[in-house]
Amino acid sequence: MLLRHTPEEISERKAVTINPAKTCQPIGAMYAALGIHGCLPHSHGSQGCCAYHRSTLTRHYKEPIPAATSSFTEGASVFGGQANLVQAFNNIFTVYDPDVIAVHTTCLSETIGDDLPQIRKKALKEGKIPEGKYVMCASTPSYVGSHVTGFSNMVKAMTEFSESTGRKNGKINIIPGWVEPCDMEEIKRIASMMGVKSIVMPDTSGVLNAPLTGQYKMFPDGGTTMDEVKATGDAVGTLALGEWCSADAARALDKKHSVPCSVLDMPFGLKATDRFVDALRKIAGVNVPDELLVERGQLVDLISDMHAWLYHKKVAIAGDPDQLIAMTEFLVSLDMWPMHIVTGTPGKKFEKRIREITAELPFEVNVKAKGDLFLLHQWIKNDPVDLLICNTYGKYIARDEDIPLIRWGFPILDRQGHQYFPTVGYKGGIRLMEKILGAILDRKDRDDPEIKFELVI
Amino acid sequence: MATAKQKMVHWDPADIKAELIKKYPPKVARKRSKQIMINEAAENGTPEITANVRTIPGIITMRGCTYAGCKGVIMGPTRDIVNLVHGPIGCSFYAWLTRRNQTGPGPDDENFMNYCFSTDMQDSDIIFGGEKKLAAAIQEIYDLMHPKAIGVFATCPVGLIGDDIHTVAKNMKEKLGDCNVFAFSCEGYKGVSQSAGHHIANNQIFRHVVGENDVPKEGKYKINLLGEYNIGGDGFEIDRIFNRCGITNIATFSGNSTYDQFASAHQADLNCVMCHRSINYVADMLETKFGIPWIKVNFIGANATAKSLRKIAAYFDDQELKDRVEDVIAEEMPEVEKAIEEIRPRTEGKTAMLFVGGSRAHHYQELFREMGMKVISAGYEFAHRDDYEGRRVLPFLKVDADSRNIEEIEVEPDETRYRPRKTEEQIAALEKAGIKFKSYDGLAPDMEPDTLIIDDLNQYEAEKLVELLRPDLFCAGIKEKYSIQKLGVPMKQLHSYDSGGPYAGFKGAVNFYNEIDRLVNSRVWSYMKAPWQENPQLSAAYVWE
Repeated sequence: MLLRHTPEEISERKAVTINPAKTCQPIGAMYAALGIHGCLPHSHGSQGCCAYHRSTLTRHYKEPIPAATSSFTEGASVFGGQANLVQAFNNIFTVYDPDVIAVHTTCLSETIGDDLPQIRKKALKEGKIPEGKYVMCASTPSYVGSHVTGFSNMVKAMTEFSESTGRKNGKINIIPGWVEPCDMEEIKRIASMMGVKSIVMPDTSGVLNAPLTGQYKMFPDGGTTMDEVKATGDAVGTLALGEWCSADAARALDKKHSVPCSVLDMPFGLKATDRFVDALRKIAGVNVPDELLVERGQLVDLISDMHAWLYHKKVAIAGDPDQLIAMTEFLVSLDMWPMHIVTGTPGKKFEKRIREITAELPFEVNVKAKGDLFLLHQWIKNDPVDLLICNTYGKYIARDEDIPLIRWGFPILDRQGHQYFPTVGYKGGIRLMEKILGAILDRKDRDDPEIKFELVI
Repeated sequence: MATAKQKMVHWDPADIKAELIKKYPPKVARKRSKQIMINEAAENGTPEITANVRTIPGIITMRGCTYAGCKGVIMGPTRDIVNLVHGPIGCSFYAWLTRRNQTGPGPDDENFMNYCFSTDMQDSDIIFGGEKKLAAAIQEIYDLMHPKAIGVFATCPVGLIGDDIHTVAKNMKEKLGDCNVFAFSCEGYKGVSQSAGHHIANNQIFRHVVGENDVPKEGKYKINLLGEYNIGGDGFEIDRIFNRCGITNIATFSGNSTYDQFASAHQADLNCVMCHRSINYVADMLETKFGIPWIKVNFIGANATAKSLRKIAAYFDDQELKDRVEDVIAEEMPEVEKAIEEIRPRTEGKTAMLFVGGSRAHHYQELFREMGMKVISAGYEFAHRDDYEGRRVLPFLKVDADSRNIEEIEVEPDETRYRPRKTEEQIAALEKAGIKFKSYDGLAPDMEPDTLIIDDLNQYEAEKLVELLRPDLFCAGIKEKYSIQKLGVPMKQLHSYDSGGPYAGFKGAVNFYNEIDRLVNSRVWSYMKAPWQENPQLSAAYVWE
């Protein structure tokens, strides 16, 4: 047993988190910043934070993750990190020459009270930020929220650069939330299929799924350009995908430039994709093309074809709130039974949404925000499931309890494909179905006795 | 933006060095130029390099922090101590199972290494202090799992808000009675790299655990293996060889280790130091307090393994052991030689660069030599000058502000248990026979003249080096891996070994030869260009034949 010390009996814990289902804000800020073209993320803290975030993102994407750090020492921690950051600006622009530096704080720089905008002002005054270059600042204390909050805060920081010329540009802002590069690409594809001119911000496609060509581009071709970031202020409207990841930025654009926004669920699964497409259609005033309807029909077709294998299958899921809300809804729509649902990210709203989505199930689900995988494992021990959907850390539970695992979420450290094959949209729904069915049917083929073993399923 | 197309065949190291620092602002260039050394034989050794100094902000460094060195490296691989990280969630999350330290549960069925424990500090804890939450977390862990020990690790904010983790640990130890609780002040901002964390971990494990178990450990030739972390199973292979030789390994610091191993370490008769950088403090303290001498060993490389075994046998000065060691070497080497013979035609003359750790950039040169490969540039991520130039420079090391705040603990000979394992005469005789005690000559003397030795290499310099010198292989860590490979040069992780290992000992050497052969001869590096990029000209329209 890998997790041999996890007892079945659940006792209340108030102080210790075991096997977390979240990590800290700055890594989310770093991921978001990589979705800006020509941007170098910068971690304002001691150098371990930056090293850990780069390592984790690298292991997930199998791509280079360039990011710099203020390399705090004890002296900087006592006297403040201003000198370090100003020096870092100068070195970064001289040596690496990005268009943008996206600075985020850490628990260290937050605790000592470093004020990023003030430091930026000073650096500007001292000529350490060259003409035409940008510095984004996000406050991302690690002791508040989770990696999701950090992502949201960095995306909100991007909106600071939005500009309004007073003339609408006919574009729709889409804030995709913390999804994979291929998901962002898929969202753009759907928008362009519908004839919608969109600005997807941030956009890590072409950055974190870049080709191998014999050339290293520290700043790959992808990413939302600063011109696009500026143009978000002139957009017709904003669709924010995911309350936790994207709503703050959308509301900031509304407040700053009166760009109206709707906050939707992330478009995972049939219904959430339907709502996304419908909202996009309405806000942009376009018709949904037949090709997209065909994709929808294909997903519905697959659901009907394979319904027997999904019906009332019990599922445990862990991940981030926006993803879990959409996934739980998708599972319910397949007549599957999501039973145990955990996110490490705080937010009572999460539990409420999940309860609403699962209200018609014939049992009360176990749901917890600010929970951990240790609790999820205990729930599974008490009420076993047929399938676990989780990041790679779930494989320790999956192996101990002999449950099929679908790796979905962040981080995925031991399998490939998440960078390349989207799970958003109708096509993404088909991909999710393929994964779910593959896991369930592989298990059936493994477990069926010889006389029950079947060729055609 | 680099394209590594042309290889500089004849290069002058001074030109390369100039090229590496050309783009820097003057202050940065001055500092970096002291950390880039052109290797040459100098009077009394090698030229001086600057190391263990602050990383320049904004320069994309390979380094991590003190917490990473303490919790991640030294304390991470011990299976039956619960590592509780006191801080916001990230620090514990990132150090959760990411170092590939292998271990099994052992006979006592205890293994907490698959778990991640954190107090997950919130803003209220930062404002009002986290001591109560820490004490409660220790209690909850004890009630759930009853471990024999809990180590508490401080993260950056803990030091800043002034939580007294040592008092909390002491109180909880007293309260729980049968659980040793101790704490590490390893805030990430201390020191200049992971190295400070190694030192802090060494101090606390020595202070709180070493010497706790006096129940005699059996064994004729009892040693400790210091600075071996069982990445990819290295420690398993070394233990296999020890077992074959009849050598008893009382404690490994800290690969595949247990609390009891550390507690019994004072019973060994010899300390064998693998990674000098991370663990030499423990070796020195064990000698001062208990009278156990230490020698430097290296089990990376088949020849180095044989040499290290012979050194251990020579120390015990026992013919039976010497014979056994020779028999084991004779039995193990044919397989190694067969493997070398097989791969060497494909690796001979190829070049490598190694930028890793505090000893691996040195140790792995043994394996590359065995393959006939040339290491053209190397350096450490967090080493000190003695790891480059040898311990002869120790008396001349300047203690700067960053080193001064890392505690040096005063150790005295133990009143009852201090027992010099060898008399002064025996030590003198052994030294005369070529066994060096407390000695490490460092990386530089083992590298060829005119190679480049670079401390704390950064992203820009790495890219530049590969662009200019176009090595056949680059070795560093996960953060460097894919930027190097985008240039079309294979990259081997020497922190975590990617997914491979073991690479130590005899069987490990064979694994490594095969892995490097695979990497440098992979077909994939020939696929960078599509056929129409190679031959862009258009010819006349095709017709069906």
